[in-house]
Parts: sequence; C-alpha cells; structure tokens
Amino acid sequence: MEISIKLNGRSIKCDIDPDMLLIDLVREHGCYSVKRGCETSNCGLCTVLMDGKPVLSCSMLAARADGHEIYTLEGLQEEANEFAGFIADQGTEQCGFCNPGYVMNMVALLRENPDPTDEEILHYLAGNLCRCSGYEGQLRGFRAYLDYKKSKES
Amino acid sequence: MITINQYVRAQSLEEAYELNQKRNNRIVGGMLWMKMQRGRVGTAIDMCDLGLDTIEETDEEFSIGAMATLRQLELHEGLNSYSDNAVRDAVKDIIGVQFRNLATVGGSIWGRFGFSDVLTVLLAMDSYVELYKGGIIPMEEFARMTYDNDILVRVIVKKVPAKVIYNAMRIQRTDFPVITCALSVVNGEYRSVIGARPGKAVVVRDEAGRLKGGINEESASAFARDVAMKVHTGSNIRGSAEYRTHLVEGLTLRNLMNMGGKC
Amino acid sequence: MEHKNYNAINKSVRKKDSMQLLLGKPVYTGDMVPKDALFVKLLRSPHANAIIESIDTSKAKLVPGVVDVYTWEDVPENRYSNAGQTAPEPSPHDRLILDRHVRFVGDPVAIIAAEDEKTALKAMKMIKVNYEVLEPVLDFRKAKDNPILVHPEDNWSVPSDWGAFQDRNIIASEDNTHGDLEGVMNDCDIVFEHTFHTKQYSQTPMETFRTLTELDRYGRLHVISSTQIVFHVRRILSVALGLPKSKIRVEKPRIGGGFGAKQTSVTEVFPAFVTMKTGRPAYCCFSREESQIAGSPRHEMDVTVRLGANNDGTVRALDVYTLSNTGAYGEHGPTTVGLSGHKSIPLYTGNLEAHRFAFDVVYTNTLAAGAYRGYGATQGVFAVETMVNELAEKLGMDPTEIRDKNMVREGMVMDAYFGETANACALDKCMARCKEIFDWDRRYPVRDMGNGKVRTAGVAMAMQGSCISGLDVGSATVKLNEDGTYNLIIGAADMGTGCDTILAQMVAECMDCTVDDVTVFGADTDASPYDSGSYASSTTYVTGGATVKACEELKAKICAIAAEMFGCEKDSVEFGSGQVKNIETGDVLPLEEVGIKSQLFNTISPEATVMHSSPVSPPPYMVGMVEIELDKLTGKVDIIDYMAVVDCGIPINPALARVQTEGGIVQGIGHTLMENVTFTENGRLIENSLMQYRIPTRLDCGRLRVEFETSYEPTGPFGAKSIGEIVINTPGPAITHAIYRATGVWHHELPITPEQIAMTK
Repeated sequence: MEISIKLNGRSIKCDIDPDMLLIDLVREHGCYSVKRGCETSNCGLCTVLMDGKPVLSCSMLAARADGHEIYTLEGLQEEANEFAGFIADQGTEQCGFCNPGYVMNMVALLRENPDPTDEEILHYLAGNLCRCSGYEGQLRGFRAYLDYKKSKES
Repeated sequence: MITINQYVRAQSLEEAYELNQKRNNRIVGGMLWMKMQRGRVGTAIDMCDLGLDTIEETDEEFSIGAMATLRQLELHEGLNSYSDNAVRDAVKDIIGVQFRNLATVGGSIWGRFGFSDVLTVLLAMDSYVELYKGGIIPMEEFARMTYDNDILVRVIVKKVPAKVIYNAMRIQRTDFPVITCALSVVNGEYRSVIGARPGKAVVVRDEAGRLKGGINEESASAFARDVAMKVHTGSNIRGSAEYRTHLVEGLTLRNLMNMGGKC
Repeated sequence: MEHKNYNAINKSVRKKDSMQLLLGKPVYTGDMVPKDALFVKLLRSPHANAIIESIDTSKAKLVPGVVDVYTWEDVPENRYSNAGQTAPEPSPHDRLILDRHVRFVGDPVAIIAAEDEKTALKAMKMIKVNYEVLEPVLDFRKAKDNPILVHPEDNWSVPSDWGAFQDRNIIASEDNTHGDLEGVMNDCDIVFEHTFHTKQYSQTPMETFRTLTELDRYGRLHVISSTQIVFHVRRILSVALGLPKSKIRVEKPRIGGGFGAKQTSVTEVFPAFVTMKTGRPAYCCFSREESQIAGSPRHEMDVTVRLGANNDGTVRALDVYTLSNTGAYGEHGPTTVGLSGHKSIPLYTGNLEAHRFAFDVVYTNTLAAGAYRGYGATQGVFAVETMVNELAEKLGMDPTEIRDKNMVREGMVMDAYFGETANACALDKCMARCKEIFDWDRRYPVRDMGNGKVRTAGVAMAMQGSCISGLDVGSATVKLNEDGTYNLIIGAADMGTGCDTILAQMVAECMDCTVDDVTVFGADTDASPYDSGSYASSTTYVTGGATVKACEELKAKICAIAAEMFGCEKDSVEFGSGQVKNIETGDVLPLEEVGIKSQLFNTISPEATVMHSSPVSPPPYMVGMVEIELDKLTGKVDIIDYMAVVDCGIPINPALARVQTEGGIVQGIGHTLMENVTFTENGRLIENSLMQYRIPTRLDCGRLRVEFETSYEPTGPFGAKSIGEIVINTPGPAITHAIYRATGVWHHELPITPEQIAMTK
C-alpha cells in the first residue's frame, strides 16, 4: 500500500507492506539513529517524534503514520546540538547506543516543559534505558544546559 | 510481530464493526500488546480517523474516547482533579512517556488484562463503557464479560461524589505491578479494587458494614482483612499467592488510613 | 610517590566520538549492512538436552528468497572455544558451529540464510526436526558426578588443563590452603559459615550481539563485529572454520556496550560460515530474546565462606569454596571462578593468618555463561563482604571500623593474591573519605520514618585487578605526521568506555601536545598492533603502558631525525612542545619540519610500536556506602543515596571514570534488587526479554555520588591502575547489609526481592 509522510521536513511517498513498522521505514530512508534494542517496547531506543509527540517507532505501524509528520534525530540536529555538548562534557554518552532515544525525548520534554525540575526530567526520561552510564551524568549534563540557558536569558 | 494482510482506516464505527466480525481481523489500538504476538491478521482495523482520541468533560461526566492515550489520561486536569490524582497515579509508572503516547484506553481495558492499572482505577470510580452494539454497560459488568467482536467506543466516568486512592506494588519502578490496589468511596459506598492478582481486577464492597462508623484503625483493619479473605490470589514469577494476599491486606489498610485523613 | 600536575592526565576531556554519538551518526555494525547482505537466522532447540535424530530442511530451502539452510551435517568437525582469552585457552574446546547434540534450550540447530529477515523467519518455521529428548542436568548443585554427562563426546579437549574431568561434568577444579587453616579456625573466638547464591545476570548492553561478514577485495573473510576481542575472534574463526588466520580480517566499529558480553565470540561464526559458503555478505543480529537466552551471562555461583575471627574483630581465617555453573559450554568457566577467591580474600590481608580457596566448575544443560564485569570477583566480594558485615553485627562493632582493623594497606604483601605487594593502596583513605562524605555515623543507625518505612545504611569494600598478570598483552603504535600531529593505532576496543580518548590523553601528555592533535585508530587485525583485547580491566594499565613506552621511543626517533637535520649528535637535541631544540646552539625545529623531512630521503621512521605486558595485576580498591528506605509492609527497597570512593591510582579522565563508577553501581543495584533469572522445569529461561528481565531505569537508582582517592602504582602509566570492573562489586553486599539493618534478616541470594524481605522473618 502507498502512504505519504513528512519525514524530517521532507514529504515522501512510500510503498509499504501493511505490517511494516515505522522504525523499519525510517531506517530504510537513512535514519540510522533510530535503533532497536528490544522486542517488547521497553527500551526507548527507537523514540521518534510524531506530530511533535515522542512515540516508540518499533511499536507503530508505518501505515498509522500516513499523513503525519515524523521527526528523527537526523532532522533535529540543530535543536539537539544546543544541549548535546553539555552531555558530552560529562562523558556520559558512553557507547552512544541509547543516545538518540533520550536526546529525542529531551527535545520533546523541552517543547512540553521548557523549565523542568530534576524529578520531572527523570520521570519524562524513565522510558529511556541506558546500561553504561548509570543515568546520573545525563541529568548533570542536561541540568548544566538548563542552567546555562537560564543564565543567558537573564 | 504479527503479519498483516491489509490495513484499513475505518471511516465509520459501522465500518469498523463490520470488519471486526471476521475472525482474523483485529482492531489496532496502541498495538503494544498485539505487536508481541505471532500469527496472521487479515485486516488491521485502525480507528484513528473516528475522532475517538479526546477526553470530554461536562458537569455530569467524563467521556474518554477509546483511542485516547494513557498520556492524555495522565495529563487531564479535570479527570485528575476529580479523582484526587488517582488516574495519574495509576498510569504514570507505565514504562515511559513514549509508551503512554501510544497505549490507548480502549486497548488497555478491552483485553481485561490482570496487570491493567487502568482497569483497576476505572473500577474504583462510577465508570461505564460504551460498546457500539452493546450500548452503555457498567465497567464491573464489562470486566466480567467474555470477549466478543463488538467495538469499544468510549469510557464514561460519572462525576458522582467520590474520593479515590490508587496504589500498586512493583518490584522495579516501571514494571508490571505485583498487585494493584485502589480504594474509593463513591456516593458514600466504599470500594476496594484489587488487580494483578495476577487475575484481573475485582471490586470488593463493605458488605459487613465495617466502615459504617467511619475509618479508624479498628474498622480499617477489619475491612482490610475482609478484602484479603475475599480476593483470590495466585502465584507467578513476580510473586506468590501468599505475598499477594499479604499485600492486599496491608495496602488496603494503608489506603484506608490515608483516606481517613481526607474524609 | 606523589602525582605531579599533568597537562592532559587527570583531565575531563570530551570523548573523541561524543558528538557523533549524541547526534546519532551511523557508526555501528547494524548501520553498515550492504543492501545485498544475506540475513542469518538460527533455529534453536526447544529442549535442554537432545540429539537431533533427523532434520529436514527441504521445504525451508524452497521458500523464495532463501539462499540456503545449514545443519550439523554441513559444518566442520573441529571443536573450538568461543572464549575471548589468550590461547592455549583454559576454556574447553567443546563447541561445534552446529552440533547434533544440543545442550540447552536455545542451542542453535540450523542456520538459515535469506535475502531478508522476514523470509528467514518464514523458512525457519518449515524446518522439521526430530529430537531424541534426553534427560537434562539443570541443577548445578547436582551436576558434579551426575551420570548424565553434558559433554560425553570423544573429541572434547581442554588446551590448558585447570583440573578438568570430562566424565564428571567438571571443567576446572582446585583446592589450595595457605597456613594452618584448621588450627587457626579452632583458635578463633567465633567461626561461622554461609553459602551465597548468585545467578546468571545478563550484561544487557543496549546493542545486542551482531556481526557483519563479507569477502574483501582479496577474497579474504572480512568481519565487522560488535566485539571486544578482534584478535581472539580471528583465531576462533580460524579454528572453527578451518581457515588460515591470514585469510581473516576482523575489525570493530562503534560498539553499543559490552561489559564482557562481547568478550565471547557469540555471533561471529554464523555469518562467517554463510559468507564462506555463499561468497555473499552476511549479517547476523541477535534479537534481545536471543541475547538473553543464548548470550554469555555471569556464572551462577554458590560461594561458601567460613570465617574465623576473634571477639575484638580480628579476621584471622577465611575458607572459601566456589561451585560455579558454566552452563552448556565452558567458555570463561575455568577463569572466572578464580576471582571469586583471589579478588575477595586479599581484602583482609591485614590480619589473615590462614586461608583456603577451592573451587569446582561444572557443566549443566543451561545457557553457557561468559564474561561479565567483575568476572567472578563480584560473586566472591558479595559473599566475603556480607560475612564481614555479619561478623561486625554479631560483635556489635561498627562495620567500617572492623574493616579499618583488617583491610589490606599499602605496602602489605597479599598472600592470597599471588604474593603481590599492594604498592598502591588507598583503601583506608577511601573508607575514611566515604564515611565522612556519606555521613555514616548519622545514617548507619536505623531510623523509623513513621509511615511503615525505615531508613538505614550498609557498607562494602572491593578490589579487582588491572590486567591478567603475566599474560595480557597490549600494544600501541604512535606516528608523527608531517603536520606535527600524531596517529595512535591500537588493538584494544573502545566499547563506549572512552579508551580511545584516554590513550590519546596519554600521548598528549607524553608528547606535550593537545588531545585533538592525536588521531586514534583501532581495532583492526590487519592494521593494529596485537592486543589481547578490552577485558580484565587492562586497557588503561597495559595498553596505556605500551602507549607511554611507544611515545618515549618515538621521541627518541624524532630527536634522531632532528639531530641529522641539525648536523649534531643525538644527545645534543631535546624534544619539547611542538618542537625539537639543539641544546648547544639554541636552534629550534618545529615538529612539522621534522615531519616533512621524515618523508624525504629519510631512513629513520617517525613511528614506534611497543608491546607491553605486566608481571603483576595491581588491584584498584573502592568503598561503597548506601542509604536505603525499606517499606516493611511491601518489602520494597528504594535507594536514597549511594556514595562510592574509588582508588584507581589516578583517573586519567575523571569524567569518564566517574561515569564508569555510576554505571557499575547501577548494574550492581540491578542484580541486587530486580534482575532475576528463573527457569521452567524443562530448562527454558523465563526472563527472555526486557519485559521480564528488569534492568534499572533512572527512577530506580537514587542519588549517586563518586569521588576518587589517588595512589601511585609504580608499574602503571602515570601511576594509574584500572576502574572498568571493580565498580560493579559493592552494591550487592552494601545493600544486603542495609536490608539486614532494617529487617534483622541476612539474605544470601541475589536478587533480594521485596517478597523475600516482606515475608521472611
């Protein structure tokens, strides 16, 4: 069947099987940042934005995305670049495999709540698993970015 | 992952209903549970075009569309104000925000799964389902029904005077619950709702009138004991029947004492 | 010896690949799969112990898009081990690529090669297998001398025998006593014993196991794999496939986590076999389920500890016996068990008069265990530290003070650790600092929170090693370019830990340049100097050692080239930051000029390669303290605060060392409180997904704080030791201790579930 989606700002038409998952569709279109880490919707590595909301691309039919706007990290480089450096300063990106998932979710969080508390950050990112870093450094880095943003605004 | 021969976006409830009568067609909600199954689906029926993804509030009731997500439940000010945040408490630990942006209310309760936090908290309130052919049915009755090929259109929560507390025990913070334990007083009547027993949620009322005189340590302990004796628990890898019964009694008592402070 | 002020050492610089990773660049194995690659899937045994009587792949081969299906009849008959360790391996050669005898639920039965994954899975369903189902040995406590043999085959062998008895299901055994053990025990005021049980916890790296293979432009087998051990994989494939090593090239791209899981060649042989048979590229990617049921988890162990002490808290005797379950295949079995004693008992060198360490490692028909951070030390430290905590409680002594009394200190000779001297040991400082920052005196007493919950604290200390003494080898090549920058070429594998960056920092320090001036390449068996691989906490210590030596050699060569340019003697020339100086004349040559000259009528190569190995394995040390809140009704434990102080010599990159520690602590919290491993009565692993095997989320770990105490290891680069593994060792005993404080119950098995806490009186 044929579907049309807007992927990272570009309108594309694709011919897909009805049971194709969104993650496979976007990876086929070069969005390799979207990763698979499990088969049970637990890890959050495959997070993409659909109409601005974070969803698990491994659990969504590509057909459901027909007519919608999808963003992956490939299409949010500028927005991600704003805070990525603060996380890099902590050394907490480690193996990097979970990075796109939580970076996408951080973008989504900032759009929903531009000034979150630590608790709100942890809760929003709860569905993004990481095995390398122990999570603490990601919070440090993100908090450093938020503090820097605040100091620039004041 | 299932294989799907055809994907259809139903343009009417009637169309969705007709398609759903065929044995190997399926309604697709969040697809989170369905995705882990194997086997062949003929037509996957998507109801995303039917405007069922809203939560409407009137003076009398909340009307929650079957395609509304758990995240919408979590964030709805009115629903949480009415339920003393019990609805938010019920869903906020389910996996993650991205998961809850996909999981639908309809998908969460249609399966009448034992582990369903959503079913538990809905049963603690004056709630109903609206089925396309079956009409409006009280949630308790719906929970006891066998599966059929009807369509769940929406969930209704009537705004009767109520206080609600939601509690669940999880081994790991975002895991399936070992037990779910809601407590409410709806129109003056106490309800204890126990789910993930591991069986699906059941409602226990104060038939012995323990709480007639209000909540105090004695009456609360007595009612909690009643609930623990009435509710059947079983064992699985997350817990034994004995532990679940222990939790039923203890968490019901805890809920009552916390509510006692609110009444 | 004191540390000096360094320019590039002990500095938190960003990892070289950090922005590439954070911005989602396609740098992993799965991002490099060519369009014409075959997808390789494995049909797996549903039985724990069975012989394949017949297997019919004819229907499967007919499915359009299937290229071939292979069974035990199609593979070579050379048994091998897939253990990533130096040959001759202590691990038995007990594997075939596909075996007629399947030995655990999940053991591969057929290899399917198809144009895409969907087709391969479709074909898999059409393979008909008739099994002769045998009775399995599932309980490791019943495996030794069990009449059912997991490996009865004739061509089983063990290249390096560590006490193996094939006909007893034993692959390694030992029993060593030092001192008059029974005499000392009899003289002790208090002697008690417990057995501690740990399970097959899964490393659960976010990237599952995966490998891509192809024939390169010379017709050689080219392997791109998510692996920690490129050189060992080359050898293993050579033996398994019957291919000369010269025909195999193995490299690693970015890896999505290892933790030891990828110190075993889990996937490589399957796509390699397909590529050799078909001539086509092949990609084998384990699902999360496969990674759980057929990965390379921690060895299940029963560690029995008998402790003898006096009433004043002097720990005088330790008797440790470990029974280890290696599963259906023996990789890393003989070697992990040793650390359960060698890296726990020496913590108490202070007053130890006698000790014994004995072990048996047995086969069972369950999934094969492998290497997981800690490598046996984790299990041993859990046991010994919990015993010492119990001793403290029995004697009414503060558990930090009992450790102050008995711990190994700098300068002591560790009898229980190969007689090595603790030349760099700041464990006492770690304890003091941790106690102070954690506010131990306030938090150790049990505090009732009034809502059915109590708060309390626990403590543990730990050690590990840095490399495998007298065995591991690390190498580095450093070259000067004509622009004055350097290339560092290594064979060690950065699996996200940042060793590429850390080693570049060492070059920057030695050559007095910036970290950005050092480009790192690794690890590729065709281009890298030989390195055992990234395991045993050896990269900073051994490969780092090689790096420092290589820099010294390179400086000498640069000086030699410059001397020729100056027309003076070599000793009249001095290397400095970005330049070489003629000491007599004061003339200076910028490095770029030396670099350019080195490419023009020059016979002194501006390049040095050094291989390093160490006769010792200097232990890092650490202390962990935890405050928990325990709900007495539900048994739920919440981590409030975890404080760790680590002596790794000196952290080359403090940010990375800190994150290593935090990551290890959270893994430890996982196996202590929530990561469970259970089997059905037929031997099927129940926790076969992230839905059932619960690793901690960021809501499960409380607040983590990490600090470092320095010591100076004379044999380590810049006095450094290691940090990679030790960091997972303290949570088990520390949290167990805190749970005891809250409930009065000692738990001797991990994980400790809320049910066990709530229901055990």
